[in-house]
Amino acid sequence: MPSKTHVQTTINGEQVDFLCEPRQSLLEVLRDVIGLTGSKEGCNDGNCGACTVVFDGRIVTSCLVLGVEAAGKEIGTIEGVASGSTLHPVQAAFLEGAALQCGICTPGFIVASKALLEQNPNPTEHEIRFWLANNLCRCTGYDKIVRAVQDAAVRMQEA
Amino acid sequence: MKWIDYASASSVQEAVDLLKGGGARPLAGGTDLIVNLRIRRLDPDTVVDVKGIPELNEVSYDASKGLTLGAAVPCYKIYNNKAVAKAYPGLIDVASLIGGTQIQGRASIGGNLTNAAPSGDSIPVLIALGAIANIAGPNGTRQVAVEDFCTGPGKTVLKQGELLVSLSIPAPVKGSGAQYMRFIPRNEMDIAVAGVGVSVVLENGTFKSARISLASVAPTPLFVKAAGDALVGKPVNDASIAVAAGIARDAAKPITDMRGTIEYRKHLCEVLTRRGLNVAIERAKENK
Repeated sequence: MPSKTHVQTTINGEQVDFLCEPRQSLLEVLRDVIGLTGSKEGCNDGNCGACTVVFDGRIVTSCLVLGVEAAGKEIGTIEGVASGSTLHPVQAAFLEGAALQCGICTPGFIVASKALLEQNPNPTEHEIRFWLANNLCRCTGYDKIVRAVQDAAVRMQEA
Repeated sequence: MKWIDYASASSVQEAVDLLKGGGARPLAGGTDLIVNLRIRRLDPDTVVDVKGIPELNEVSYDASKGLTLGAAVPCYKIYNNKAVAKAYPGLIDVASLIGGTQIQGRASIGGNLTNAAPSGDSIPVLIALGAIANIAGPNGTRQVAVEDFCTGPGKTVLKQGELLVSLSIPAPVKGSGAQYMRFIPRNEMDIAVAGVGVSVVLENGTFKSARISLASVAPTPLFVKAAGDALVGKPVNDASIAVAAGIARDAAKPITDMRGTIEYRKHLCEVLTRRGLNVAIERAKENK
């Protein structure tokens, strides 16, 4: 009888232990095992970016990572972006700029945009669009998203 | 997805031991493998994570010996490496256009090669650069030129138990330049309708050598030796380039599918070869 694997990892700065099947993706583990449902399943094949998380300092699509690969890694999800009830500047800019409609893609966009601004505090529109090419949005037409990232860049520099 | 077992190998020997019994596939970035497991295009009982093996994570560049690129090194580590980015702009072209940012955080050039898609973007430029695949298996190690590595869509020379360990890319010589250019109807995140990898070495206004390879126009990435050979000794001008581009067009054996027709893809091979050669020539002129 196949058995589950015990995995020890760090999620949003806290040590987490979980049991998973080796075939389960990190996205399935986050949502169905750990209960962190902020990361969304869109396409489940790496195209849409709704499941974007930070994996050892680099953004990845968590649908294309096995849960067992999380052992010993540092994972950052959308749940770790705000500080308590204080929104991160990227979140505030998305909210105030109405850079979302249905909201399914938004956690992925925010995690990816935050990662961009942490390594490139003042990106051009071209850089923003290419960095976010792996995140799909079927509502906004992207314009408000790009403007929200530009707004967040200003907010983060002023902070 | 059916049940699979997961094993993490910490040495090449351990990975080969796990792979040689059959029914196992190596896992590097997983951006092709996990998709293929989910749709059951691949059906192994075990995945062997090879990212913990030192040789598969190696990125070592030496101006005289060239580059050793571990098969599991993700794309972003390639373009974030300043020495590699300066020496191999053609390699950076592909590392920064495969998938998007998230995919580049995991996907490796070694995985792109072993996945052996006819459209694999990295493969034409590896061929143009004269890259060698370093393979380990139950009977020891062997080397295969990348132009001989893919044998059909999704098929390679790797035998049961064999593992791609790394790629060796010769050091760029003075006056050399390379480029990869593909055509896609979008700006990014797409599969090439056609792609061309080129490399040239220039000397006194003539081509000393050139290599040209095509993607998405045959069952495997195609090395068009005759196109590069036609440039040797010829002056660096539009007429020489047009001859090579015409040979590349005639060598392409595409099919008509939802991404393009035979005629369109052959035309693209000519245009992309011409444009790619012009970029590679500019890069070669800067590489004094």
